[in-house]
Amino acid sequence: MEALKQELKNKIITTLNLEDITIEDIADNDPLFGDGLGLDSIDALELIVILDKDYGIKLVDPKEGKTIFQSIESMAAYISANRTK
Amino acid sequence: MTQKTYIQSYITIQNNEIVLNGDSIFKIEPTDFADFSKQAYRHFEIQYPKFFKMDALSKLAFLGSELLLSPLVSADQENNIALVLANKSSSLDTDVKYQESISDKDNYFPSPAVFVYTLPNICLGEISIRHQLKSENTFFIFDAFNTEFLSNYSNILLNTNKADVVLCGWVEFFNDSYKAFLCTISKEENTKYKNENINTLYNK
Amino acid sequence: MIREVYITETNCITPLGFDVPSNISAIVHGDSGIQRHEDASLMPVPFYASIISNEKINAAFEKISSTKYSRLEKLMILALEPIIKNSKVALNSKTAFILSTTKGNVTALKVDSEENFNNAHLDVLAQNVADFFQFKTQPIVVSNACVSGILAVSVAKRMIQSELYDNIFIVAGDEVSEFVLSGFNAFQAMSDSPCKPYSKNRTGVSLGEATAAVLVSAEGEKAKIKVIGDSSINDANHISGPSRTGEGLFRSIQNALQEAQINASQIDYISAHGTATPFNDEMEAIALNRLDLQKAPINSLKGFYGHTLGASGLLETVIAIESVNQNMLFESKGFDEIGVSETINVIHKNEEAKIKYFLKTASGFGGCNTAVVFEKVKHELH
Repeated sequence: MEALKQELKNKIITTLNLEDITIEDIADNDPLFGDGLGLDSIDALELIVILDKDYGIKLVDPKEGKTIFQSIESMAAYISANRTK
Repeated sequence: MTQKTYIQSYITIQNNEIVLNGDSIFKIEPTDFADFSKQAYRHFEIQYPKFFKMDALSKLAFLGSELLLSPLVSADQENNIALVLANKSSSLDTDVKYQESISDKDNYFPSPAVFVYTLPNICLGEISIRHQLKSENTFFIFDAFNTEFLSNYSNILLNTNKADVVLCGWVEFFNDSYKAFLCTISKEENTKYKNENINTLYNK
Repeated sequence: MIREVYITETNCITPLGFDVPSNISAIVHGDSGIQRHEDASLMPVPFYASIISNEKINAAFEKISSTKYSRLEKLMILALEPIIKNSKVALNSKTAFILSTTKGNVTALKVDSEENFNNAHLDVLAQNVADFFQFKTQPIVVSNACVSGILAVSVAKRMIQSELYDNIFIVAGDEVSEFVLSGFNAFQAMSDSPCKPYSKNRTGVSLGEATAAVLVSAEGEKAKIKVIGDSSINDANHISGPSRTGEGLFRSIQNALQEAQINASQIDYISAHGTATPFNDEMEAIALNRLDLQKAPINSLKGFYGHTLGASGLLETVIAIESVNQNMLFESKGFDEIGVSETINVIHKNEEAKIKYFLKTASGFGGCNTAVVFEKVKHELH
């Protein structure tokens, strides 16, 4: 689980082009959207692509993303329970 | 009635150099645009993390407009500055990247963050957001820099009071080859560029 | 005295017909161009879209030329050809040509070659179409996302008012391609059934393809409509999502009404954007309420044509002009139960109505919005 969280932080920083942010800057429970990392709606769509591409999870309802992408913690939990690759 | 309009300021970005009103204000050793734009961003101490999410065309337009508009725009009042930009390659640089992401059917993961930049006018949106410009916006495509059209169209916006200032110019980016030429035009008399037109400044 | 500006010729090429009368008759009958498609070369999964058949395009094009053109070029030439002929306007230095599109010949990028790459350039597309008709002036391409089609009318009006030109032909067009289908799908914006603008159960966009053409002119003798106000204001909010307050659209309409010197209450009909995404339709309802336009009859033609991107604003204007001149409000196809938080007066079924002023609006990626106000022309009987 710890490794997955690190992996996710890395992916988020590189895929979403978060310049000037390091893995250490992101706490497991920090909100990813709004006041936290400040991700926006396009980033949310990119996270859906990451789930599909890297973990073989297809979100049927994009609204599910809201709870899944709350934090690194919630994302990692969802991925480890549902991943197909 | 048709009033005379004047170039207020202009900026050129090409060949790893930024020239503002004729003065070189930033120049580095030859490098790619990604590196050049990042170094310019750092050099001018711009605080705007969204910059790094932009595609190259938007970064180019953003950098040019940043240096021209920052002295002009104030946060506590409305700024009616229209944006009229043009180029030859539209968003083709990003279009090609996006097309690559959908051409392999076994690795078919179209990226929304890339797709959104497959429209040339997105760079106008980026500039509008940055400077909170709720103003006239149009993106045109021509085979080459079209001085006559851009100055005519800017004059129309100024003379019909659809804008107080027009930021107009050329932002061309394809395959790491780039040139931006932007200028601000308004009715305010400016003797500095009296005998020059957009074309002579563009070719400087 | 500022010159008056008119639209004197119109045409459109869509799945519902290759001229204006056939499109109107299809709309009156409630036909839609949107169908279910299973075509792996366009999308890995089945999808709904409004697509023109290749056989029809080729059959129509053979009658006017045997030269090789891209599919979109054929559609654009087909839209322009009859109106250029009919108008008898000389294609001289006072006649301009505007082409509006979002993606042009982007399908050329599918097969990598220098020739294809060159053809994917929008200025090359415009020059190819211009050369077919031998325009003497350099083509002007407007590429401003989903407002392109109606923004071109606004650009044309301004250039005619400034006396740069006397006549401007506009063609607007976009195709349904793998490129845009995959992109809208990645945006989770595609509807899994024909789109339902403003409805409670709307689930997103159906894409479509079309071309439309008009002649914008300073000469009002054969005018179909008068262009009396326009504005295109950016939201300055987000590059892919509309402003929650509809600020850019609100200001665009406000400015257009002001230039037209009429009040919101004088607008008899609104041909709106209505893409059927949750956010767009909601944003429009908010902007219209802020302007006190909630009572004006409104439709979105996306239920008939899908979202035809750079063509949509012009295509919908062409249809709206027929509404005015035939005294008929067309249903907003796909609409059932209101699904926006503020009241708007969506047209349920075709009905007769006198329309003096109408408003056309559009909004698109990049935060752009355009509003244009039109006035019915009274022709003096001789």
